[in-house]
Amino acid sequence: MIEKLMNIDRRIIFILVALAVIIPSLLEVNFPITISQPTRSAYDYIEALPPGSTLMIGFNYGPSSFAELHPMAKAVIYHCFQKKIQVIGMTLLAEGATLGDEMLKDVAAEAGAVYGENYVYLGFRPGATQVLLGMGTAIDSVFEADYAETPLAEIPMMADIKNYGQIDLVLDLASGSSTEWWITYTNTRYNQQIAAGVTGVIVSQMYPYLQTGQLIGLMPGLLGAAEYEKLIDRPAKGTEGMSIQSFAHLLVVGLVILGNITFFIQRRQAE
Amino acid sequence: MAESIGIWIAALLTLCIYSFLYRDNPFYRFAEHLFVGLSVGYFTVLTIHQGLIPFAWDPLSAAFTERQWSGLVRFIPIGIGLLFFARLSPARAWLIRYPIAILIGVGSGLAIPNVMRADIFRQVHGTLTPFAEIHAGALGPFQIVGAILMLIGVISTLTYFFFSVEHRGVVGGVSKIGIVFLMIGFGSAFGNTVMGRVSLLIQRVDFLLADWLHLI
Repeated sequence: MIEKLMNIDRRIIFILVALAVIIPSLLEVNFPITISQPTRSAYDYIEALPPGSTLMIGFNYGPSSFAELHPMAKAVIYHCFQKKIQVIGMTLLAEGATLGDEMLKDVAAEAGAVYGENYVYLGFRPGATQVLLGMGTAIDSVFEADYAETPLAEIPMMADIKNYGQIDLVLDLASGSSTEWWITYTNTRYNQQIAAGVTGVIVSQMYPYLQTGQLIGLMPGLLGAAEYEKLIDRPAKGTEGMSIQSFAHLLVVGLVILGNITFFIQRRQAE
Repeated sequence: MAESIGIWIAALLTLCIYSFLYRDNPFYRFAEHLFVGLSVGYFTVLTIHQGLIPFAWDPLSAAFTERQWSGLVRFIPIGIGLLFFARLSPARAWLIRYPIAILIGVGSGLAIPNVMRADIFRQVHGTLTPFAEIHAGALGPFQIVGAILMLIGVISTLTYFFFSVEHRGVVGGVSKIGIVFLMIGFGSAFGNTVMGRVSLLIQRVDFLLADWLHLI
C-alpha cells in the first residue's frame, strides 16, 4: 500500500488537480475573501488621490501571466476611471504591448472613459533601463508618439504631463524583474511612489521592498485581484478564481501531508 | 464568426498543450513550435516598429528629407550596434569588444549606485529603523517581536552564506537558525508558486467551460 502510494502515477495527480478546478467551476462556489494590508495600502493610496491625478501602469507581463495580472489590471483601472484619475499605460516587455492596449480599451468602454482625456496608451519601447531613466527627464524623449503613433504633443491629457514630476503613482503589473527596475531606477533616483501587482511566483521577493516603503502597496497574484475587486465592490474573475483556488490548495496540502506521512513510514520500515 | 474561429483555435491549442501531461506527442510539439514561432515573430516586428523605426529610421529619414541634420548623430549608436555583426567575420571578430565594453560600462555605471542604494542601504535601513521606533515607544508588542525576528533572520541567514569561517560552534549554531529562516522563505515561495500555477489552470478551465463549451 505504502509502496503504491509512493510510486503513484503522476497522471492521477494531474486528474485530481483538474477535477479540483473543474468541479468548483461548474458549481460556482464562493468563499469569503479577507483583505490583506499590502493590497489595502495600494487601494487606500489610489482612493486618496484627488480627481485629475495621474497613475502610470506598466503592463509588464505576457500571456503566460495573463490569468493572474489581467483581473488585477481591470480592477485598478476601473477604480481609477471611477475616481476620474488619469491613466497612462505603457510596457517594458514586448509581450505586454497588445495586452495593455486591449485592457485599457475594454475598461474604458465599460467606464465611459475617453482616450486622450482620461487615458493614454504609450505602448512598448526596448531598453528598459533607458526607458525608465528617460521618462524621468521627459516622457516624450522616449515615447514621441503613443501606441497608435499619435504624437504626444497632439494628445490633450499629455499637455501637462512631462515626466515623473506629474505622475502621482506608478503601478507595475509584473511577472518578472520589472518591479525591481522601477524601484532601482525610478523610486531611488526620482523618488517616484510605486505600487506593484505581481505573480505568485515572485511575490516573496517583493515583501522586503514593502517593509522599507520602497513599495507603497503590493497585490499578490490572483489573490490581490480578488482583494481589490472586493475593495471596489465589483466581484469579477479574481473573486471567482480565488474560490476555486481554495479547492486546489486543499488538494495540494492533502497531497503534501500524505507524501510526508508515507515518506516517514517508509523510512521507519527501512530502519 | 471570426471570434468563434479564434475561440476554437485557442481551445484546440490549449488541449494540445495539456496533452503533454499524458505524454509527449505531435499535437503538443505542434502547439509548442507554433507558440515559439509566433512569439519570436511578434517580438521582432514590434521591436522594429516601436524601437528601430522611431529611434533610428525616422531621425535619419528626417535628416535627409527635411534637413534636420541633428538626426545624423544617430549614425554613431547605429554604427556601434552594427559592430556586433563583426562576430560573423573571424578576422574582424575582435571589433565586437567595443559595443560589449560600452554596454557593460554604461550598464554598470547606471546600475551599481542605484542598486547599492535600493538593495543594500535602504534594506539595512529598513532592518534597523524599527529599533529606533522601539526606543521611541512607537511600536506595539507584535511589531517589536516582528522587528527582533527580522534582525535574527537577517543575521543568521547572512551567517549561513559566510563561508570564510568554518560552520562550527557559535557560527554553526547561528547558521542553522539561518537554515530555518531560509526554509520558511522557500516554503512561502513554494506556496505562492502553487497559487500562481493553479491560477493559470483556473483561467484556462474558465475559458474552456465558459467561452468554448458555454457550460457556465
